[in-house]
Amino acid sequence: MARIFAYIVHNDGVVDDSAVELLVAAKSIDAAAKPTAIVTGSGAELDAVCKALQDSYAEIWKISNSALAYPNAELVRKALVAVIPAASIVLLPHSHFGVDLGPGLSVKLKAACLTDIIGIEGVEGNFLKAIRQEFGGQVSTHVRCDISTGAVINVRPGAFKPETSAAAGGTVADISSAVGALTAGRRYLETVVAEAGDVDISKEAVLISIGRGIQEQDNVAIAEELAKVMGAALSCSRPVVDAKWLPKSRQVGSSGQTVKPKVYIACGISGSFQHMAGIKGNPFMVAINKNPKAPIFQVADVGIVDDLLEFLPELTSKIRELVTK
Amino acid sequence: MEILVCVKRVPDTSENEIALNDSGNDIERDDLVYSVNEWDNYAVEEALQIVEKQGGNVTVATVGGEDDEEILRREMAMGAKKSVLISDDAFVGSDGAGIATLLKAFVLQNKFDLILTGAQAEDGAAQVGGMLAAMLDYPFASLVNSIEVVGGSKLKVSREVESGNKEMNEMDLPCVLSIQTGINEPRYVGMRGIRQVASIAIPTLGAAELGVDAASVGKFAAKVQRTDYFAPALGKGSEMLTGSREEVIDKVIELVKAKGGLK
Repeated sequence: MARIFAYIVHNDGVVDDSAVELLVAAKSIDAAAKPTAIVTGSGAELDAVCKALQDSYAEIWKISNSALAYPNAELVRKALVAVIPAASIVLLPHSHFGVDLGPGLSVKLKAACLTDIIGIEGVEGNFLKAIRQEFGGQVSTHVRCDISTGAVINVRPGAFKPETSAAAGGTVADISSAVGALTAGRRYLETVVAEAGDVDISKEAVLISIGRGIQEQDNVAIAEELAKVMGAALSCSRPVVDAKWLPKSRQVGSSGQTVKPKVYIACGISGSFQHMAGIKGNPFMVAINKNPKAPIFQVADVGIVDDLLEFLPELTSKIRELVTK
Repeated sequence: MEILVCVKRVPDTSENEIALNDSGNDIERDDLVYSVNEWDNYAVEEALQIVEKQGGNVTVATVGGEDDEEILRREMAMGAKKSVLISDDAFVGSDGAGIATLLKAFVLQNKFDLILTGAQAEDGAAQVGGMLAAMLDYPFASLVNSIEVVGGSKLKVSREVESGNKEMNEMDLPCVLSIQTGINEPRYVGMRGIRQVASIAIPTLGAAELGVDAASVGKFAAKVQRTDYFAPALGKGSEMLTGSREEVIDKVIELVKAKGGLK
C-alpha cells in the first residue's frame, strides 16, 4: 500500500478542522494506514501546530522555512516535491488553498489528481474508487483513479466526519534541511480583510437568504419585504453577489460569512457545499426551490417546491396579518 | 498583451434540471441546453478588459468537438479576436491532465503573456489551470477576483480566500490564473454579434498539428475516469410540505414560530 501523507493547514498556530478529516479519509483508503502529517511554516506557531498534531497523527514531518511563514501554494508545492517519496498519496482539503496547490502538485509528483472527493470506497490493485459530485451536487459520480504513480487527493471539507480516537502520541521529525531556498514567480503581499457591511449577518437570529432563484435585481425587494415583516435580516448565496444585487457582506458561505442563526429560510438557493459550509449551529432550515432535485432538500428541515416569486409575497402578507393583529 | 482564455461548453444549470437517465449511468442528455461555462465567461470578459486598456489580443481555445464551435463563436462575438478548436478522436476521454497536456502543446506553439481559465466547470474539479501552469513552469494563482497590470511584466492579483478576504499576490508574466465569478460583469452578446462572426473559419488542431503523442492523452492515458453517475445520498432529507399554497404557508408559519423565528 502506498504511503499516505496529509498536508496540514493551520492559521495563527491553530490546526484547521481539515487535519482530523484527512486522517479519516486516509483510513478509508487503507484501514491500517498511519498517515504522516506534513506541516510547513516557521517559528513558534509551527511548533504549536506540531505539538497539537501529536494527539491525532503518529508521525509529523515539520518543514520550517521563513519563506513558508505564509502558505504561498507555489512555495509549499516546491517544498513538498522535495520531500515526498515517489508513488505516495497526498491528501489536501479542497479549500481555496487546496485548489491552489493540489493540481500543480500532482503534475510535479507525476501522480494522479482527484479533487473535491466526498467519499472513498476503497482500493483494488492499482485503482482507488472515490465519490464526487457534479453540477453543484445535483448528481454524484464514481471515479476510478490509477494510483500506481501516486495521487494527490483534495478532500471536500466536512465530508469526512472526524472520529474521537485515542491520543496518537505522535513523533515530530524536523525535515527542514531537505528543503533548500524557496522562490517563486508568485509572491504573497498581504491579506485585505473584507469590509464590514451595514448589517452583520453573522449575528442575526433569523435570516432570509436568497439565491439564483430570485432571478432579477427587482425581485430582491420581495425577499426584503419578508425579512422586514419577520424582523429578520437578508442574506444570500454567491450568484446574488456576483450579479451585484447585494453586497459581499451579505454572502453566506466559505468565501463569505459564517452564520449561526436559529432559523434560516433559503429562497431559490440550490445548496452548494461552499454555501452550506457557511451555515453553522444547526439552524431550523426552510428551503423553497422550484427544482425538486435541488441539493438543498437533502439538508433542509422543511422543503417547499414552489415558485418563490409567488410564494414569498403570499407568505409576507400572511405574516403581516398575524403581526398587525 | 496576448491573452489565451481556455473555455468549455457545458450543460447550463440555470436552464436545465440535471437528472439521471433511465439506466442511471449518465445524466439525461436529451434536450439539454448548453452554454459556455459560467466561470470561463468571466475569464473572457476579464481578458477583453485587459486588452482594451493594454492593447493586444484575446484568443479562446477549447478541447472538444464540432458542437463546441458554438461557444468559441459566442466568445468571439464578445470580442475575442481568434479562436481554436483542439479536437481529435484520440483526445476523447482525456482527464484533467490530458486536457492540460493538450493546452500546453498549443501554448508552446504560440506566445501568450497571460493564460486564463475559469476557476472550475460543471464537474467542480477546478484542476486544469493549475496543472497547465505546472506543466509550463509558469506561476499560477487560483480563484482570482481582481487583476491589475503593473508595468510590463508583472500583475497584482487578488485571490478569494475565506470570509470574503482577499489574498494579494504579485505575479511574474507569463502566468496562469483561474478566474472566480463576480470579478467583472460580462458583456451582453446579442444575435447581431453572433451573426457577425458566424462565417469566420475556426481552425481545428489535432494530434498531428499540435505535435502531441496521441498515447499521452485521451481515454487510455487518463489516470482518472468517471465510471458512472448516481443519485446523491439523500442525507436526512427535508420534510416536504405539500398541499395548497395557503396550507403550506400556514404550516411554515407554525413551524418557524415554534423555532423562535417569529414573535
